Amino acid sequence: MTVDMLMDWFATLGDFPVLAFILAVVISGIPLFLVMALNAMVAVYVERKVSAFMMDRIGPMGQGPGLHAGKWGLLQTVADAIKLLVKEDTVPESSDKILFKMAPFIIFIGAFLGLAAVPFSQTLQVADFNVGVFYIIAVGSIGVIGIVMAGWASNNKWSLYGAMRSAAQIISYEIPAGLSIIVPVMMAGTLNLQELIHYQSGTVWGILPNWIIFNNPFSFIAFFIFFISAIAETNRTPFDIPEAESELVAGWMTEYSGFRWAIFFLSEYANMLIVSGLAVAGFLGGWRSPIPGLFDSGAWGLFWFMGKIASLIFVMMWFRWTFPRLRVDQLMHVCWKVFIPIAMINIFGVGIWKLIFG
Amino acid sequence: MGIVQGDQMTLNIGPQHPSTHGVLRLEVKTDGEIVSEIRPHIGYLHRCFEKHSENVTYEQVIPFTDRCDYLAAMNSNFGYVVAMEDLMEIKVPERVDYIRVIMGELNRIASHLLALGVYGLDVGAFTPFLYMLRDRERILDMFEYTCGARLLYNYMWVGGVSHDLPKDFVKICTDFLDYFEPQISEYNELLTYNKIFIERTADVGVLPADVAVSFGVTGPNLRGSGVKWDVRKDEPYSIYDQFDFDIPTGTGEFGTVGDCFDRYWVRMLEVKESVKILRQALKDIPSGDVHQAIPKKIRPPKGSIYRRTESPRGDLGYYIVSDGTPVASRVKMRSPAFTALSVLDEISRGWMISDVIAILGSLDIVLGEIDR
Amino acid sequence: MTPAEIKTAIESQFSGSVLENEDLAENQVELKGEQWLEMATFLKNDPNLCFDQLECITGIDTGEEGPLQTRYNLHSMEHRHKIEVVISHDRETPKVASIEQLWRIGDWFERETYDMFGIVYEGHRDLRRILCPDDWEGWPLRKDYEGQEDYHGIVVPKIKEEEEWE
Repeated sequence: MTVDMLMDWFATLGDFPVLAFILAVVISGIPLFLVMALNAMVAVYVERKVSAFMMDRIGPMGQGPGLHAGKWGLLQTVADAIKLLVKEDTVPESSDKILFKMAPFIIFIGAFLGLAAVPFSQTLQVADFNVGVFYIIAVGSIGVIGIVMAGWASNNKWSLYGAMRSAAQIISYEIPAGLSIIVPVMMAGTLNLQELIHYQSGTVWGILPNWIIFNNPFSFIAFFIFFISAIAETNRTPFDIPEAESELVAGWMTEYSGFRWAIFFLSEYANMLIVSGLAVAGFLGGWRSPIPGLFDSGAWGLFWFMGKIASLIFVMMWFRWTFPRLRVDQLMHVCWKVFIPIAMINIFGVGIWKLIFG
Repeated sequence: MGIVQGDQMTLNIGPQHPSTHGVLRLEVKTDGEIVSEIRPHIGYLHRCFEKHSENVTYEQVIPFTDRCDYLAAMNSNFGYVVAMEDLMEIKVPERVDYIRVIMGELNRIASHLLALGVYGLDVGAFTPFLYMLRDRERILDMFEYTCGARLLYNYMWVGGVSHDLPKDFVKICTDFLDYFEPQISEYNELLTYNKIFIERTADVGVLPADVAVSFGVTGPNLRGSGVKWDVRKDEPYSIYDQFDFDIPTGTGEFGTVGDCFDRYWVRMLEVKESVKILRQALKDIPSGDVHQAIPKKIRPPKGSIYRRTESPRGDLGYYIVSDGTPVASRVKMRSPAFTALSVLDEISRGWMISDVIAILGSLDIVLGEIDR
Repeated sequence: MTPAEIKTAIESQFSGSVLENEDLAENQVELKGEQWLEMATFLKNDPNLCFDQLECITGIDTGEEGPLQTRYNLHSMEHRHKIEVVISHDRETPKVASIEQLWRIGDWFERETYDMFGIVYEGHRDLRRILCPDDWEGWPLRKDYEGQEDYHGIVVPKIKEEEEWE
């Protein structure tokens, strides 16, 4: 939507469609990049503090700006970012140099493109596609290419292991994720994300907001299937076999250091944001307030959206520090033999439900 | 799981690796994921303990024994002094025996907590490790209160102990036990009964009882396979025959008898048994002089002795040969982790690489003891 | 069974193999090394003896004039009795049959004794050094061991001469 608005505004200034398009894309891309960077910084800080409190310790602390890491360690991520920028850029001697340097950017592109379609509020969305849901799922697969490139180009058996496991995992878990996101699409009758959120207005059963998750038992289950598959997509524990620290050192990221590694990290947190955004838009009412009618207008939309995403990301972090990790074949077993049948039954059930109850 | 002979490649786990519990190199022959052979290469931490003990006096060997199994240093000391006192036929005062049992059992709890926590870390559960280490810190604080050292104590001397217990040690220790017992159920809730953890460890790396005995595996690894053998009950030393405690064995709770979960579970139960022993010892400890029976000069009669004691890893044996001088002629330490590592190849064939990490963690090895 | 009974059982099965040695204690028995594999099989499989656990193998260097010795500590889980078997080797070519196929831990224990003393265990399927690097020279725990000057260019420090302990 923002790109469209900018294009319209440029059209009022004069007739230069190609230049206007390029300018519009660049101008709306910069805030998106800032969102990505800010998200990574905040998410890393929150993750470190959340994990610390769960483990009965404190995490990064400081006394004030300039002293150690700022009050309560708030400047820790700033310090980390500066450190990563000034670190030596090592490229292994025997690696495939072109692929090695290209891999982080491919993953970054996948995450960046996905972030463009996330509906932050009623008016804040870089591109309001007609096929928003489809677009996000499709673009999310670009990351796999980057991961396999990284693992292969490192010329390191351990990285190759991690990359292969990751590719198998992400590709497998896209199926239950895709099948589960079809449930809200079926119910709302559209792939457009803003219209999906508009569909979820009003109340159901008197008091509950008319979010798709509360609508019928099949969509309730579909939310959980989608959320867990999304965690598997982003390579978080309990599905972090590709980066299994205690087995493969750092898996496919082993040979990357400094700023290249920072890009991987940025993309991982951006991916978390995207899948949480999709879950919130599809199942949890997007930018709508939980009490329909109260605090429901204008800027409140952004607040509710970010609040819901924050709680989902918190749950993802909670999972990471609580559960052990699944072995590769157990992971595949869960995906193919458990999730996909349940997702298919969900689609079937929602269809029947809509037929009977309208 | 069957062994697939595809295209074999050789992979090196270690010597520097986050989960090999020390400096160990495992040469793994695998076809991608399934392992067909493992050859452990040890010796990276070999510090010539046995050669040193032929050049220093008997009491100067005690700090060396600390450094072999550094996670259970009290028990390593204990084994050595029990062997020496058998050789020299010294009878220690009762208070010394009680103090030694208390320290040995506290160190057993500390060592098991570390083993269980690190095992959780190996399979990906980050938080139980920190909870267990938090409680282990309290035990190390008690050790520091008594003898000044947190990890390597040089505490048990031939004929006695180096420092008597501080005046309020019994109260501090009892408070700790009261705090610690409910924590064990917290660990069980968090890690032991977690479905993912059970999936990773049940039925994995089954060690049959006869293979275990043939490979000389002892301690919790042997008890996990169902064999009821504990040196504290079967060849009692010090005053262990006066205490009332059980020997937990593996019963195939969630899988087959002798799998990784059983070994983990036996260690968890042993922590509870150690708490029992500690409570009894703290209640009945007599008074006395702990330095009374320490000989001025340690000059054992000519001869040799082999004596084993129960360390948290298994049967720790010392073979000491004396030729009448204050310097030993031969001191050999039979370390339980050495035998545990030798069985790794046998039980990991046909499993995946993630399982090798799980099996290695369940054997609870300490490289300092293997390499000496 | 007491050690004396065990010694009688061995003597009756393999006559002439039990050697007299006043330096040994009551629970130790010195055996001749020639038929060691058969004697070990007998010790393990005989239902009265049933020594199924090999606790420890220790190599001993008894000094300049004496032989090298291997001492096996055997234990029976079933009958709960123990015996220690001592076998002496000639200094120049120390060797004895390997028992690693009977008690599987013999594999690593014998490798360690070979590494430290140079005693060759015949029939061992994979006799190589275990603690020292594979190309180390000499047998470190022997009393007359002289360390090598350097190892792949790294200088091996000499042990300082200790003052006499009296």
